[in-house]
Amino acid sequence: MLSDVSSFASLAPAYPELLLAAGAVAVLLVSLFWKGVRSGVIATVAILLLVAVLALLVLQPATGALFNHTFIVDGFARYMKALVLGGAAATVLISLSGSKAHGIDKFEYSVLVLLATLGMMIMVSANDLMSLYIGLELQSLALYVVAAMKRDDAKATEAGIKYFVLGALSSGMLLYGASLVYGFTGTTQLDQIVAAITLESRSVGLVFGMVFLLAGIAFKISAVPFHMWTPDVYEGAPTPVTAFFAAAPKVAAMALFIRVTTVSFGPITKDWQQIVIFLSIASMVLASFAAIGQNNLKRLLAYSSIGHVGFALVGLSAGTAVGVEGVAIYMAIYVAMTVGIFACILALKTEDGAPVETITGLAGLAQRKPFVAASIAILMFSLIGLPPLAGFFAKWQVFLAAVEQGLFVLAVIGVLASAVSAFYYLRIIKVMYFDEPVAKYAAVPGELTVVMAGIGFLIVTYFVTVGAPLTAAAQAAAGSLF
Amino acid sequence: MIFSEHLLTVITFLPTLGALVLLLVGGKGEAVDNLARWIALAFTLVTAALSLWLWALFDPANTAFQFVENFDWIGDTIGYRMGVDGISVLFIPLTAVLMPAVVLTSWGSITKRVKEYLIVFLVLETFMIGAFATLDLALFYVFFEGTLIPMFLIIGIWGGARRIQATYKFFFYSFTGTVLMLLAIMAMFWQAGTLDIQQLLKFRFPPEVQTWLWIGFFASFAVKMPMWPFHRWLPEAHVEAPTGGSVILAAILLKLGGYGFIRFSISMFPDASHQFANFVFVLSIAAIIITSLIALVQTDMKKLIAYSSVAHMGFVTMGIFSGNIYGIHGAIFQMISHGIVSAALFLCVGVVYDRMHTREISAYGGLVERMPRYAFAFMVFTMANVGLPGTSGFIGEFLTMLAVFQVNTWVAFFAAFGVILSAAYALWLYRRVIFGALTKESLKGILDLDRREIAVLVPLVVLTILFGFYPAPILDATAASVNLVAENFANAIGAAPQAVAAAAGH
Repeated sequence: MLSDVSSFASLAPAYPELLLAAGAVAVLLVSLFWKGVRSGVIATVAILLLVAVLALLVLQPATGALFNHTFIVDGFARYMKALVLGGAAATVLISLSGSKAHGIDKFEYSVLVLLATLGMMIMVSANDLMSLYIGLELQSLALYVVAAMKRDDAKATEAGIKYFVLGALSSGMLLYGASLVYGFTGTTQLDQIVAAITLESRSVGLVFGMVFLLAGIAFKISAVPFHMWTPDVYEGAPTPVTAFFAAAPKVAAMALFIRVTTVSFGPITKDWQQIVIFLSIASMVLASFAAIGQNNLKRLLAYSSIGHVGFALVGLSAGTAVGVEGVAIYMAIYVAMTVGIFACILALKTEDGAPVETITGLAGLAQRKPFVAASIAILMFSLIGLPPLAGFFAKWQVFLAAVEQGLFVLAVIGVLASAVSAFYYLRIIKVMYFDEPVAKYAAVPGELTVVMAGIGFLIVTYFVTVGAPLTAAAQAAAGSLF
Repeated sequence: MIFSEHLLTVITFLPTLGALVLLLVGGKGEAVDNLARWIALAFTLVTAALSLWLWALFDPANTAFQFVENFDWIGDTIGYRMGVDGISVLFIPLTAVLMPAVVLTSWGSITKRVKEYLIVFLVLETFMIGAFATLDLALFYVFFEGTLIPMFLIIGIWGGARRIQATYKFFFYSFTGTVLMLLAIMAMFWQAGTLDIQQLLKFRFPPEVQTWLWIGFFASFAVKMPMWPFHRWLPEAHVEAPTGGSVILAAILLKLGGYGFIRFSISMFPDASHQFANFVFVLSIAAIIITSLIALVQTDMKKLIAYSSVAHMGFVTMGIFSGNIYGIHGAIFQMISHGIVSAALFLCVGVVYDRMHTREISAYGGLVERMPRYAFAFMVFTMANVGLPGTSGFIGEFLTMLAVFQVNTWVAFFAAFGVILSAAYALWLYRRVIFGALTKESLKGILDLDRREIAVLVPLVVLTILFGFYPAPILDATAASVNLVAENFANAIGAAPQAVAAAAGH
């Protein structure tokens, strides 16, 4: 049925996706038939395409629902898509210089990244359990391949398999939940499910379905107890791939989580609130303690990202517009910090070209590479949530929402967990600044310096520069859901 | 005049500007280090001059906030709000005047990563002044908590042998306490609908809410102050920090706690403060007596002074929670005085440490023979630390004891022991370091104060004695605001029983 697609102009809200889909296919075809084209060129084209889609998204304010209401573009979707696109473009940019060393200097990498990003955009805009699943799988399938791209590397292959098996399991749970929800409400459309639910007459089957649905999505945001794949995949996958995994997909899955809970299950907020609170507390606490013993930087960042998902969920726990605004701000700052920290890690190579991926390898970095060390230090203080850095303002808004709803136990556990998490972030600063240098490092590529400087600047000057406009944007985004 | 309207912003962020200028200084070597020191000195001196000008322009008779800047910033929650009243105005010159002294000490005691050292100190100055000058609760938190970053680095990078443990301890004690305050701040926002301190001071929180908010703030300030038994981080942090770090820690950062108690606990949660007053008295007495006794047995000069700081802060908390005008007045005076005296004492320790590279008391003795000028300066500050009349240390202790005598005679009785004990440990320290025979071989060649050290210590000697004989500049500036705080407190706790009685009568 194509009745609502009467003309090309009526597709305006979906222009960014259409451009990205067409572009991804074009990039694929060109690289297949143009033998000998360097992967760096393809990657650059991919970045330009992502930036063009982002520009189109920003300049094209059309909103509305398309394709029989399976696809919705509202303020919230536009905000989250901007984050996804920005995160994706930035992570491809920072992986340019190291693509050969990390074994991802193939054109397929760029194409898969584009397709995964397309999947994420569909996830963010999904207004139907079916389009939700399609977007999720498009993203996941592309990512499974990307994780295992370095075929001759045992760890990367292991990471790919683990990711695939657990991802398939989570898809299964999600589908099972979706079928139950459909069975008990009679519709797959997210904003119509809500009409079929009332708090008084909700059935156990519906709640059951919702739990499975949320469990499936919780896998994708790697909230505890569905986090097991994260440390292994982060460690095993090539670093540029890890950077990509850590940024954009988390945003898309979080957007999906928010849309499903607040839009579809709004009337039974009390039911899903318990789940989110549990996920949140478990993620914050487990990540804070589990990360302490890590020496591998990527594993540490895996636990760190689990913890940050937990903090973001504190905002969603409130179940209010203020809370969703908090999550929106949190994800924006989280993406910036993630891109920044991976830029730093990718910038670090010893003189013989070996990547530095352990904390002990950073010893005395402040004396050898003061700029990189300062960037990492700023990011670490920001990840702890110390003012006046951006990380503090992220935590501020989510905890503000939780306190408004009287979730004091959650809030107290959350802030104490952030105190514990400070321990492992500070260890990195300690190693860089207080210890004596051992290794010598290679020169830092120019584009990474630019990324580090840019993100460092934004994080330090958040209160002065981006704070107010970002908050306004997040507020508008959250407002479109309530 | 436009400039004076934004004076607080200028004073707060001028040091940061200095840090940015220092970032532009490239290169390595002695000449570059000296250039960085001169730049930092220039910025801190200008800031100090402006802060004194602020004090001069400040109208002590006016109890309202002055130099107010007020506009919304992030969403409808956090605003950019600045302003000072009699409670906060003096801490700004105190901070700004001590900073040049800190920069001056970097000539003798800091040789590695000099530029970075100065940058973090200048950033720290912005945070400290900002915390005293802001009128937005969230912004207060930002400045208050922001001090952790530079201080963590100062102790960790330029500290002594056990610096890492010390800096971690400092960080975690402060951070854990302060995040609980953060939640209390958020709860206040939802209660009162604003983070503007001016409006929050007028808002009456329900007594049962006050209890929880008070606990949240107490967790932060008791650690910062530090009150016994939350003081465990302090001796280590002091011992391991470089001289400049110890000076700032003792003189300014501890005062943030006392300032917070007056500004928030007493003023915004009077019922809870009244309710918890005896609890605070017990902790204060414990701090005064126990830490004084601990100070007696110390073998490390800095540790001894650190413990004496805890004891002196006991007088401050005792005075604040007596809730009457003498107590709060005395607490502020004691904080300013302790800011000068403890800073000076740490600077004095730094002088001999730079020469001998040890802080062991037993390594010294008979310094008066080689260092008469040093012996004089050290004596003045020791006497002020003891609380001898005629030094600034006397007035604060006297006023706080006077205040608490009205409230609870026993507390005053036990606090008096602190005065005796402080004389014991301070004079004994002085005797062991300065007097006696100069028998140690290593001390035979020690030199007296040089010009730079004299430039640092002479102003502090003058201020110590000046405020001892003529405390009016401090007392006058604070009187009207203190009066208001004490009056509001008395009204609030006086009103509470009446309200209960009225409710019971129905």
